[in-house]
Amino acid sequence: MRARELLIGLLAAAVIAVPMAMPVAAQPKEMFVPSTVYRTGPYAPSGTPFANGFWDYLTLINERDGGVNGIKLVVEECETQYDTKQGVECYERLKGKGAGAMVFNPLSTGITYQLIPKAAVDKIPVHSMGYGMTAAADGRWFPWVFNFPTTYWSQASAVIRYIGQQEGGLDKLKGKKIAHIFHNSPYGKEANPTLEDLAKKYGFELTELAVDHPGQEQKATWLQVRRLNPNWIYMSGWGVMNQVAVKEAAAIGYPMDHFIGNWWSASEADVIPAGDGAKGYKGATFHAPGANFKVHQDIIKFVYDKGKNIGPKEKVGEALYNRGVINAMYAVEAFRTAMAKYGNKPLTADQVRWGLEHLNITAARLDQIGLKGFTHPVKVTCEDHEGNGPVLIQQWDGKKWNIVSEAIEPMRDVVRPKLEAAAIEEGKKLGYTQRDCSKEQ
Amino acid sequence: MTELLRAVFVAPFADMAGNMPFLIEVLIGGVAAGLMYSLVALGFVLIFKASGVFNFAQGVMVLFSALTLVGLMERGVPVVAALALTALTMIALAFAIERVVLRPLVNQESIILFMATIGLNFFLEGFGEMIWGSNVKKLDVGIPDTSFMVRGVQVNRLELTAALTAAVLVAILAILFQRTKIGRALRAVADDHEAALSIGIPLKTIWVVVWSVAGLVAIAAGIMWGAKSGVQFSLSLIALKALPVLILGGFTSVPGAIVGGLIIGVGEKLAEVYWGPLVGGAIENWFAYAMALAFLLVRPQGLFGERIIERV
Amino acid sequence: MIYREAGQFKSTYASDQAIFPIVQDRWVVLVLLLGAVIVPPLVASEYWLQAVLIPFLIYALAAIGLNLLTGYAGQLSLGTGGFMAVGAYSAFKLTTAFPALNIFVVFALAGVAAALVGVLFGIPSLRIKGFYLAVATLAAQFFLLWLFNKVAWFTNYASSGTITAPPRTVFGAMVTGPGATAPARYLTALAFVIVFALVAKNLVRGRVGRCWMAIRDRDIAAEIIGIRPLRTKLLAFAISSFYCGVAGAEYVFLYLGSAETQAFDIAVSFLVLFMVIIGGLGSILGSFLGAGFIVVVPIFLTNVPHLVGLALPVALQKQIELMVFGGLIIFFLIVEPNGLARLWQIAKEKLRLWPFPY
Repeated sequence: MRARELLIGLLAAAVIAVPMAMPVAAQPKEMFVPSTVYRTGPYAPSGTPFANGFWDYLTLINERDGGVNGIKLVVEECETQYDTKQGVECYERLKGKGAGAMVFNPLSTGITYQLIPKAAVDKIPVHSMGYGMTAAADGRWFPWVFNFPTTYWSQASAVIRYIGQQEGGLDKLKGKKIAHIFHNSPYGKEANPTLEDLAKKYGFELTELAVDHPGQEQKATWLQVRRLNPNWIYMSGWGVMNQVAVKEAAAIGYPMDHFIGNWWSASEADVIPAGDGAKGYKGATFHAPGANFKVHQDIIKFVYDKGKNIGPKEKVGEALYNRGVINAMYAVEAFRTAMAKYGNKPLTADQVRWGLEHLNITAARLDQIGLKGFTHPVKVTCEDHEGNGPVLIQQWDGKKWNIVSEAIEPMRDVVRPKLEAAAIEEGKKLGYTQRDCSKEQ
Repeated sequence: MTELLRAVFVAPFADMAGNMPFLIEVLIGGVAAGLMYSLVALGFVLIFKASGVFNFAQGVMVLFSALTLVGLMERGVPVVAALALTALTMIALAFAIERVVLRPLVNQESIILFMATIGLNFFLEGFGEMIWGSNVKKLDVGIPDTSFMVRGVQVNRLELTAALTAAVLVAILAILFQRTKIGRALRAVADDHEAALSIGIPLKTIWVVVWSVAGLVAIAAGIMWGAKSGVQFSLSLIALKALPVLILGGFTSVPGAIVGGLIIGVGEKLAEVYWGPLVGGAIENWFAYAMALAFLLVRPQGLFGERIIERV
Repeated sequence: MIYREAGQFKSTYASDQAIFPIVQDRWVVLVLLLGAVIVPPLVASEYWLQAVLIPFLIYALAAIGLNLLTGYAGQLSLGTGGFMAVGAYSAFKLTTAFPALNIFVVFALAGVAAALVGVLFGIPSLRIKGFYLAVATLAAQFFLLWLFNKVAWFTNYASSGTITAPPRTVFGAMVTGPGATAPARYLTALAFVIVFALVAKNLVRGRVGRCWMAIRDRDIAAEIIGIRPLRTKLLAFAISSFYCGVAGAEYVFLYLGSAETQAFDIAVSFLVLFMVIIGGLGSILGSFLGAGFIVVVPIFLTNVPHLVGLALPVALQKQIELMVFGGLIIFFLIVEPNGLARLWQIAKEKLRLWPFPY
């Protein structure tokens, strides 16, 4: 008994003593890029491919190009489990590592909301690519937050436009029933205000159905869908909720080609468990699926063949893997843009912010980096942190995703005014003042 | 005010009456969901009945058994062999749990044992995910997750199979408990550990048997749930939905688990579909608990549970 | 041992009944407290304050609350997260409605709100006992979170559905909001913990605590000797929820900065329960020890591989963390069901006699 007590005492003491030793000095000629991931927990099916893509692209830059203009990138992953609290802990732990984090990708709308006030104080830019607070797209109020290439409100409007196209015109939407099934969190609720506005404008009947985290059990929701029998369903889901929804839709025999998931609800992990029933399921996206681009070949050559990868080779080219690649690509291009102004040396987070704000990726540039046709050109400005990218619709054919639509423009005339109003409101809440873009370079 | 009263007390019923086939679908959906909760609750009941331990880790055992089964099938093991291997794994797990967790805690209060099972819950979560990974795995048991129509009402094949499985399981368990020698021993241990010991019933063996049986029940539940919604970490959270079933039915009653499951399943679905839209939806989670709570206030031991006789 | 306890005679009841009757003990505790007030703001890094000390203080407060309910009064509760959420959202509503109100008062009022809700959900405890009660408190947990998620009034109709701590100053120093420095927040949390821990310690030593312990041990016998179960149990729920409410308000205002309902979900309830179990049921010191242990273990687990040179993949780290947590709980329950507090007591006893064996 005494020995055991001694053991516990030592254990407890060790546990308390060890965190004394904390991480260390910065290496020169390096830039630190934290990567928040969720590889465990209910959101792992969505988080793992994204994390792999992000890691692989940055490793590719290091291996193939020797870093960004000779400056190597140091990537460190931090597990958040899509939990806001753990995300904030990751941020606090990694923001000062090395010479400081260059840019932070929270990978969660909840975590983004938490970090927006902190980022401005710590002066680290936050890139919430296609998620986060839509109002932050107004860069005059939120200089430190970027959400290009497009936002939830734009996406919702683009999906409605697509539905209109399928129905033969936006005027044909009158009287139709559209259901929005969403994850019962700030993320899921983001699209609701825009959808409500559009419902009023075009006369369709909108039904909002919430699904509680984690969304393992959705019988009641789909019973309601059966009763309602909507013409179209739009889903803002994440993690395990997606594949359960797809399975349920298949189980009740809902026509899958009228079921559109948003760009976080349309990945391989969401459709494969449903098997054949998922054929025809559509999803929104802002880049191409598949591994047929030069960058993927480079990744296989420089990362996988050298054994520096972190995930399995078969998953290269999955929808969310490509999402991670594009996220990393934006970061690297921002670094390059900043270095063009500030010189080819390790940057500061402030300079990276400038780089993000003046990002201009043209089609030619995409071709240069091996992503020809992968995504649309993006231009970020001081007023517009959204980039106003178009939305694509992809469809699952049982084996892979295929793009089945042209680039659909969001309804900027509906979204931008709302966005600016929301930005004023949110900015005032945080005590910000609107900056004058014409005064900045 | 009258608007509110009408919306709560009149409109939903009018809604129900107006669309009878749909109401039947909701009821069937509720029954199916409820029976699937019962499958999980059965495991709880078994262990509580025979060893007085409230096994919080039952949900994780469901997940772990499903993960093992799918993991083996993914590696090319044929279905029957995979099932057998999974059953063996769960029995091995039962041995391990008895040896490591239960035996050292043999005379402790039930709350300590409860907390030990919470610890077990976390341990198995991490362990299962570590071995089998955190991706969603498809569990194919040969029953398609599609529906067919019966007189205007849609019935789901998979749910029907789950309901039949639950019925068969309950029958088997009932026979086990009432007609076999080991069942008698289990009931004796549930009544009074010390008395059972004094007449020569080997406590340790009984516990291993009980946890193994619960493990096998967990496999059944895992197969049904896994086929329905994919095998992934959040399957363990189903246990939280099975708890109201337990409370309602009583912790020590096998038929109680079934009846409780039916009541909770039907009540939950009815509430969500007919009253949910009034308050914005997603009320399923707490409604089940509220129902169970309401029942408890009237019958503190649950519908079929043993009356708690307290002595000073 | 190191100091002689013999020869300290008390001449008043008050001095005899002091929390630390031995003078040396009192000095040590005073020095520790002073050290806790002065040293960390000066010496500790931002990371230490933000990621270890502040959550430790907040969780310690919540753990004291749960310990009062579960450890002293014997009412097993899994609704801690819900009560913390009540405190957080009440504090948010109060401070946004009355910005001029001192944040300390806001926290206290938030605690009162949580206490009222706790009483409401404690009423079933009169009929329901043991595990049934635990599951019933889960009803509180789920319902409260649903309520805060659903009713937009609680978040002041924010489109994000999150509550954000607005900047507030106390004695001229910014204490909440993004501009608040870590030392300021640390000192605020410390102030609350010191005051409330003292109150809790005195509560459990007095009549109220003894009533709770009587109910915990043999509630029917307690009723027979005249302790009113209704009052006692509801008081336990009220006070426990008060502590959890204040801890919840601090959680958002001093630690996270902003939160959504997911921050208070069932994982938090279990976390606080673990702190209470590992620290020791029925011990105020145990709440601190348990909170400290649980806050530090994940940090320990994430940093040790780096120190030893092992680069564990992140997912494996998380899974090992879970396994270690679960394993530790079982280990503690087997080896010392009364938790770290009992270990400390045993250590103290041995130290008193050292180097003699008895």
